[in-house]
Amino acid sequence: MQEGTPLQSRQVNRELLVSILNSPKWFWMVISVLGLIVLIAMSAAGVLINQGFGVTGLNRPVMWGFFITNFVFWIGISHAGVMLSAILRLSKAEWRRPATRAAEILTVFSLLTAMLMPLIHTGRPWRTVYWIYTLPFVPYDYARGIWPNVRTPLVWDPSAVYTYLTSSILFVLVALIPDFAVLRDRTTGLSHRIYGMLAMGWQGNPRQWKLQIIAGVLLSALILPVFVSVHSIVSWDFGMAVSVKSWHSTIFAPYFVVGAVHSGVSAVALVLIVLRYIYGWQNYIRHEHIDALGRLLVVVATGWFYFFVMEVVFGFYGREADEIAVRNLQFMVSPWNIWMIIFVGITYFLPVSIWLSRSCRRNLWIMSVACISVNIGMWLERFLIIVPGLARKQLLTFDWYTYRPSLVEWLIVIGTFAMVSMLMVTIAKVVPLIPLYDIKEGEILRTEIKIGRVTVPATFRED
Amino acid sequence: MAKLPILGLFETADNAADAGDALKAAGVASTDYDFLTDAPYPEGAFGERHESHRLYIFPFVGALIGLTVGIMLTSMTQMAYPLVQGGKPILSLPPMAVVTYESTMLTAIAFTIIGIIFESRLPAFKQGLYDTRITEGYIGVLVNVDEDQLTQTQTLLTQAGAIDVVRKS
Repeated sequence: MQEGTPLQSRQVNRELLVSILNSPKWFWMVISVLGLIVLIAMSAAGVLINQGFGVTGLNRPVMWGFFITNFVFWIGISHAGVMLSAILRLSKAEWRRPATRAAEILTVFSLLTAMLMPLIHTGRPWRTVYWIYTLPFVPYDYARGIWPNVRTPLVWDPSAVYTYLTSSILFVLVALIPDFAVLRDRTTGLSHRIYGMLAMGWQGNPRQWKLQIIAGVLLSALILPVFVSVHSIVSWDFGMAVSVKSWHSTIFAPYFVVGAVHSGVSAVALVLIVLRYIYGWQNYIRHEHIDALGRLLVVVATGWFYFFVMEVVFGFYGREADEIAVRNLQFMVSPWNIWMIIFVGITYFLPVSIWLSRSCRRNLWIMSVACISVNIGMWLERFLIIVPGLARKQLLTFDWYTYRPSLVEWLIVIGTFAMVSMLMVTIAKVVPLIPLYDIKEGEILRTEIKIGRVTVPATFRED
Repeated sequence: MAKLPILGLFETADNAADAGDALKAAGVASTDYDFLTDAPYPEGAFGERHESHRLYIFPFVGALIGLTVGIMLTSMTQMAYPLVQGGKPILSLPPMAVVTYESTMLTAIAFTIIGIIFESRLPAFKQGLYDTRITEGYIGVLVNVDEDQLTQTQTLLTQAGAIDVVRKS
């Protein structure tokens, strides 16, 4: 697979730095609209902190709702970056080149957004300092005799997410050094000084390139286990809870990880399509790349569907009364059963039937619809795991209740989508979202070989 | 005699490699010239010297430090809050595993980053002779020679196909 026309270095610089060196007319308008939505969401969070949790729809027994659903969703999206970047780098897949940077940056922003959700969910975010500093020399605020449970699985979660976030930021920054050098050479004034500092005196000698290539592979190998650990640990926020039957499952770790990859890779495909459209990067993000992502997604989606079915089957297999009550709510009681049908349809059957057709995989509009559909479905999936389980948490039926999200929760959730979009548009103004040197390397290694009577495009690959 | 830098700019990798060969033939030590590019070329493309490094040590050292910190952090935290829960021991291993694992990986990754920067000889506060055309696709051959050999080296680079030769003004 090697489509497209050969590119010169100067052309690559001019076209890929267009988002940084030229300000498109729509830039400030888009930032303003997204910023306004973020401001509204922040105001809603302010109301929540000021008034307390009464302004949300959360109440006993459903104490986790939209915020935690959104947390799991954004953690899931963050998995695309490292999954794509690391696995494709390790396997030296040629089509990784335009996809890695945008995917890694999406990882960072979705993780930052995800981390906001539990903070808002606490209702009193300033007290979360005690989640981090449960060290002997930091006094714990044990008002009313309540002490921290330092052995809770909930402590694992921030440690994993923080590790993943720090690693992802470092991964992105190291890979950006050569591109900062290109920007240093193309800018003047303050920008030149800032990019000069970020490039750290990079010259591009063989030693620096050798280490840069090794860094990509070595860091990929180190981050991949962290990537697997993060969403499995997020799943243990639920799986370790003995009292909520439908959560207490050993299959949750692989189920969550594969689900995260499913939603994350779909999100990356959507981001690439949007970047291609708004910056005119047709020479870089080509149909072959979206096609490859579509084929990968068929496998990932089917893996996810297997775990989804098994999770339901195992739920029934034990025949425990409170587990059956949750399944009854999910599959037999309206509106939950309708949501369940919609969720399975738009997460698996609709997108996979699209991705099975080559012409659909190469139609960017249809691919966009499929990717958006997966992400709406995956958001619903998390909601349908979290809420019904809590609604039927107790054995005694008098304590059963349901959940209806309030306007405050809706605004905050919508605000997170605006925030990630705003951060992506903003970062495109500062760093190239397609790695320049990776594209240039692809052009250097591009060749053609003659086999019999045909000349086929090929790529030289170093061991 | 102090050595001075001179930079030849080439349009093709073949010409840059020819310049490298010519420098070698002229008796310039391999440590006295370097090839500057805007993208990674296959190793040995210019006939350059082999670069050895110790990057692989860094993640191991980082992992060991992270493992130790992780074990200390989790065990000391549990000892600091000696509350018995469900009859389980105060110092319980399962809750330590995940945090220790994450701390090991985090420190291994952080040390790898430090290793990459250190082994790449960055940050280079004093940037030597350089030309911004290198990031436009030209290949720079940077040579450090004695002052009296500058003119000879310039001729050598030009004969190898340099489109421009830059000296420090």
